[in-house]
Parts: sequence; structure tokens; C-alpha cells
Amino acid sequence: MSEPILMKGNEAVAEAAIAAGCRYFFGYPITPQSEVLEHLARRLPEEGGAYIQAESEVSAINMVFGAACAGARVMTASSSPGISLMQEGISYIASAQLPAVLVNIMRGSPGLGGIHPSQADYFQSVKGGGHGDYKLVVLAPSSVQELIDHTVLAFEIAEKYRTPVMVFGDAMMGQMMEPVFLPEAEPAPIDRSWATTGMKNREKPNIIHTLYLPADDLENHCQRLFAKYREIQRQEQLHTAYLTDDADILVVAYGIMSRVARAAVEMAREDGIKAGLFRPITLWPFPDQALFQAASHAQAVITAEISMGQMIEDVRLAIKDKVPVELFNRIGLVPNPDEIYEAIKKKAQEVKVSA
Amino acid sequence: MKREFLLAGFGGQGVLSMGLFLAYAGMGEGKKVAYVPSYGAEMRGGTANCLVTISDREISSPLVSDPGVVVVMNHPSLLKFEPVVRSGGILLINSSLAHRDTKRQDIESYSIPTQELANQAGFSRGSNMIMLGALLEATGVVDVTETYNYLVKTFNGRHLDKMPQNMAAIQVGREFMREYRQQSEASIAYA
Amino acid sequence: MPKGYQRPSTLVERPWHFCPGCNHGIVHRLVAEVIDEMGLQKETVGVGSVGCGVFSYEYFNFDGIGPSHGRAPAVATGVKRVLPDRLVFTYQGDGDLAAIGTTEMVHCAVRGELISIIFINNTLYGMTGGQMAPTTMMGQVTTTTPRGRGQAQGHPFRVCEMLATAEGAAYVARTAVYSPAQVVRTKKAIRRAFETQMAGLGFSLVEVLSACPTNWGMNPLEALKFVEEEMTPVFPLGELKVPEGVK
Repeated sequence: MSEPILMKGNEAVAEAAIAAGCRYFFGYPITPQSEVLEHLARRLPEEGGAYIQAESEVSAINMVFGAACAGARVMTASSSPGISLMQEGISYIASAQLPAVLVNIMRGSPGLGGIHPSQADYFQSVKGGGHGDYKLVVLAPSSVQELIDHTVLAFEIAEKYRTPVMVFGDAMMGQMMEPVFLPEAEPAPIDRSWATTGMKNREKPNIIHTLYLPADDLENHCQRLFAKYREIQRQEQLHTAYLTDDADILVVAYGIMSRVARAAVEMAREDGIKAGLFRPITLWPFPDQALFQAASHAQAVITAEISMGQMIEDVRLAIKDKVPVELFNRIGLVPNPDEIYEAIKKKAQEVKVSA
Repeated sequence: MKREFLLAGFGGQGVLSMGLFLAYAGMGEGKKVAYVPSYGAEMRGGTANCLVTISDREISSPLVSDPGVVVVMNHPSLLKFEPVVRSGGILLINSSLAHRDTKRQDIESYSIPTQELANQAGFSRGSNMIMLGALLEATGVVDVTETYNYLVKTFNGRHLDKMPQNMAAIQVGREFMREYRQQSEASIAYA
Repeated sequence: MPKGYQRPSTLVERPWHFCPGCNHGIVHRLVAEVIDEMGLQKETVGVGSVGCGVFSYEYFNFDGIGPSHGRAPAVATGVKRVLPDRLVFTYQGDGDLAAIGTTEMVHCAVRGELISIIFINNTLYGMTGGQMAPTTMMGQVTTTTPRGRGQAQGHPFRVCEMLATAEGAAYVARTAVYSPAQVVRTKKAIRRAFETQMAGLGFSLVEVLSACPTNWGMNPLEALKFVEEEMTPVFPLGELKVPEGVK
């Protein structure tokens, strides 16, 4: 294996896209995501691709729609307020069954919020965001290396199912640097005989649209989409479980928070508290059965989030309210491990499992 | 073994470059590293700081509330970060811009007049490199024979013409720190 | 040798959903004829819109995309950047292009994007039942200007005049189809727009003043007369910009 490279999260996303064979990027500047844009503005022309700084995120997502229609491997990236503007386009991309990768380097919100790290777009992306019955696959990496790996994985899933896939980062992951290895092989090309590339080798035109005026047509269309989503739920769930088998206190966290939570769990274990960490990697499809099992020994569950509590709803559904689920949260920053450790300790005392 | 370095100052003082240097040095020695900069509005003329973790093991959290080594390049950074140094840790103060010594008794602290030293060395913009030299001497964190290579990586191969000056500034910082420590030991011996 | 009316091979044999007297059908046919004559059926990707033009992909016998409301120029941009040698055009009405899609249209022109826009101006929102559009004329009654468009509703938006100021816009023309002579001119303009694109000269747009008898409450002949007598003074016909090389 070659030497690791020290890389910033945002640059890593950009290089991962290139390594995955993506040659088209459409975006709009927004802190803390702009380095993705800047990096690709320089690199894509070198790779024979095209890059456009769009006039808005609304336009950017529709350029993604067009490039995907034309059969390209395509990506956009933005941060929370910009992702809000893209929601209409995401609904169309999902309905038109186009593969596309979207990256959200989340920042503080609502409104203009701030440029701090955040995980407050969980509801928006995991539960919907745009109009209508569709699902967005959401991946939650927790390191710069995983930003790379999951960007590549996002292209694979997007193309396997012809569906949009979102990669979640946050302001800290976008800016922090870690040593990484870039992938050496890009995902194999898929059949794109459906693409609107001009009829060159066809007698019949390809049409990509999302309008189903007869009620039966719309119902059939939604049923087809959801058959696909059920298959994704069966095939693509990812998670990691750390010291969960005997855990009295189970912490559930994703993304950057899962790393902080892991450090807190290690601190608790050193103090004799049986704590464990469950980390969903796919937020949709949410690994609910795996979480249910990981929580089988738990007396209490803590979800750690940089939001006012969003994933906690999926956690409660997954463990079927067997034990109390409480929120540890901070807004505007990634907490230090000791803060989560204190929450674990307090909870252990409450449920009388402290050492 | 895991060491954390918090480097703080105002934008333009080169604290982020010092952090990058440490990250490359850690990688060069086969360690796991994480580098978390402050960013955004803070970059525009405000304070700049970064946290570097170098570890033998996978780094779970890239954040730590009580770093073992803290460098403060100006007075506001001293006020802000003096309290977070881990007990028994090291605080390096740029006394050219921070106007007092530490008040804590439970840490090692060194005041280094980086600007004056840089001026004397004829490299007035090299105060961050003076501090880096002092830090390397005080912490022994990297094999200093590789310093040149890490510097080239830190600056992404740019400013190659400045490298001899940077190396000279680092050397000045190291020597200052070595004498500083000898004197401290001597004064302790007298006491 | 065929005589008289022939259906262009790029037009599907299907009855229009358009109202009697609507001009959309004529413009669809002209687009198809030009693509036939340029031999580009297999090289073309058409991008529709939302409004009365929403089913354009069902009438054209070439690859087609149905985008969201107003975003056709952005979608066309995405297609064209991936497939730079194809003919890529959008077909948009005045609500789609000049209201909700203004941003996409303007920046496409500013970038000099190598696409063509066929823009149908019938002064109102047809599909949704005749509401005011940015192109509604002063005093004109629509379902949302029941007392006629007044100062409070602003003034009619002249898209061609605005886009002609963009350096990236190479061919900009406004035509009509109220008479055979105007139909011929419109066809020529569409051809010039497509030639501008294929020659890589820049962005191109043809605005076609069109009749909407249903929402205007007129019979088809009255509607054509309305276009000629009422619309052309507000929206003057002509080529505003023609690049060297397509003249």
C-alpha cells in the first residue's frame, strides 16, 4: 500500500469523488463546504471533467439532475441551508430514479444558524426533506478516511439502485485533517441504457420524467420505488457495535459524535462502568434490528447528538421503548469526551449499575 | 502513548502551520494523527488555533479538553488556554506578545521572546519557527533529523527558498529552550 | 416525391392535448421540422418544462427530459456539459421561464451555455387556468388580475431585451406565428438558434408570441389578431442578436 496522505475532510470528499470516477460536479459556495468546490474547480478540468459554480443550490441540484439524465457519474456538495434549497431537486432525482451523490457538510441551524459543526439535518435527509414518498440513503462517516470510503460507497449504492445517496459530514469533519489512503479502483460502470444521451443506437427515445397523471400510474410508480427501498433496507444497513454485549449503558451516536462517544465509553470502562457504543453508519436504512440486539443488556440508552434530538426518535422506535432513552446533546460544537462520560456516569448511578 | 498539542494565536502567526508540521511529523514516525483547526470567521483576523493529536493507537476522539502541550502565541490565547493545560503538562508562552508568565504551579511553563529572537536571527517573520524549535526541544515529540522533510510537507513544497531560514529559526528556538532548561535546573539546584 | 403536408419524423403520431387555436402545436412542429432538416434526431436531447409544454417529451420522437418547474435551463446545462456534441434545447412557457425560472435562464445566458431555449410567450399561465404571468400586459385581465394588470402588479417582462445584454447570449430573437409569413420566420429563427448552438457560438433563445384563445376568452382568429395587434407593440418582433456565421 502506498503512503498515507494528510488530507482535510472537504478535500478528501473531492478526491474520493475523482477516484470513484466522478467527473461532473455542480455546486455553490457555502462555509464550511467550500473547499470541496474549490478543490474540484481545480481538479476536474485536469481529469477531463466539467465543473460549474452554479448561481444557486437550486440550479446546482438541477444540473446534477441533467448530468445524471445524460448518464454521468455526478455529485454535488453543500451545507445545511444549501441542502434545504436542493430538496425539490432531490425529490425529482429520487422519483426519476437517477443515481447521484450529495454531500452535506452540516452547519449550525435553523435559519442561517452558524458555521459550527452540527447534526441537525437528520430529520431533513433521513425522514424526507423534499415532497412526496421517497427515501434517501444517508451515510454517516466518522473520519476523513471514512469520508473517502463512504463517498465511493455512495456512488456504488446510487448506481446499484438508481437512487440519490447523501453523505453526511459536519463542519469539523470538513476541516479536520487525518492521514488517508485514496482508493485505487473506481466502481465498475453500470448499464445506462436508460440515459437520455440522444437516440444514436436506439430506435425508441428514452424519456426521463416524474409526471404520472393517471392515478393508477402514480400508485404503480410509488410501489416500484418502495419495492426498491425495501431491497435497500434488506441489503445495505451498516453499523458498528463497540463493547455492547454486556453494556448496561448503551450510547448511540453517529458521525463525529460516535468518535467522541467511543472515547467516553472507554473512560467509563476504565472506571468500571459497563458502557457500550452503537454507531449507525447508514442512517437510512436505519439499522434498527442490530440496535435492538445491541441494547438487549442495556438498562439505559443515551443518544448523543449535535442537535436538539432527532435520531433519538429512530432509537426509541428501534428498541421499542424497552428501556428509557435519553438525549445528550450540544449545539454549535462537538463536545469533549468527558462531557459524554459524565452523562454516562450519571445515568449509571440512576439505574444503579455504577461500579 | 498519546499526546495532544493545542496551538493558539492570532491569524497570520503561523499556528496552523506549526500544527501541520506536528501532524506530518507524527505520520513520519508511523503514528496515528488528527489535526483539528479552528476555522471560518475565526480565520478572518481573529484568533486561530488548532489541536493536534499524535497517538500509537487509533484516535477515538480528535478532541480533548485538557491537552498535554499548549502553545500560546499572544495574550488573549494565554488567558483563554492557560486553564486547560493538563496538570503536569507543558505551556509555552510567546512572551513577545503575552505579557505575563503562567500563574499555575502544576505545569511546566516557558516564556519565549520569539519576536526578539527572530529579529536577532535576522528573520523577523520567523517567530512561529522559533516557537516550533522550542516546542520540539521541550517535548522531544519528533526525531529532529527529519525536521527539514516535515517542513517541506507542511508548506506543501512551497516557499522552498525559505526553508534554510526556517531551519535556522527552529535551531535558534531549540538552543534557547535548551539553555532555558539548563538555567531552570540550575536555579532549582540552588534553591 | 411527397406532396403537401408531411409529418416530421421527429414528431410522434399522437393527437395534441392543446386547446383548439393554441399555438403550441405549431411551434412543436417547427422544432421537429428543423431537427429533421438538420438531421439531428439522434443527436438531440429535449428538455421540457411545467405548464402547457409539460408533455413535449410525449410528442417529440427523440430523447426527452421532464424537469421541475423553471429549472429546465439548469437541467439542460447538466446534459450539455456531459454531452457537448448533442443538440440540447429547452421548451418553456412564460410562467416557467420568466417567473420561477428567471435565475436559471439568466445565468444560462450569462455563462454562454451552449443550449437553446424555445420560449412560448402567451402572456399568462395557461395550464393552471389563466393567471397573470410576468409577461401579462398592462390592463390585461387574467384570473389573478381581475381588474386588469395595474401598477401594483408591475410591468410586462421583456425577456429578449434583457438577455440580449448578456455577452454569453449569441442569438436572441422574438417571433410570432399569427400568419404563414411569421411561421416561416419563426422556423428560420429556431434553425438559427440551433445552428448557433452547434457551431459553439453561445447561448440562444427564440421567444415565440403565442395565442391562448381559451384563457383569453377569444375564438382562434380573434386570438391571432390579438397577438398581432396587441402583443407585438409591447413585444416587438425581430432578431435582437445574430452571431457572425449564422447569417
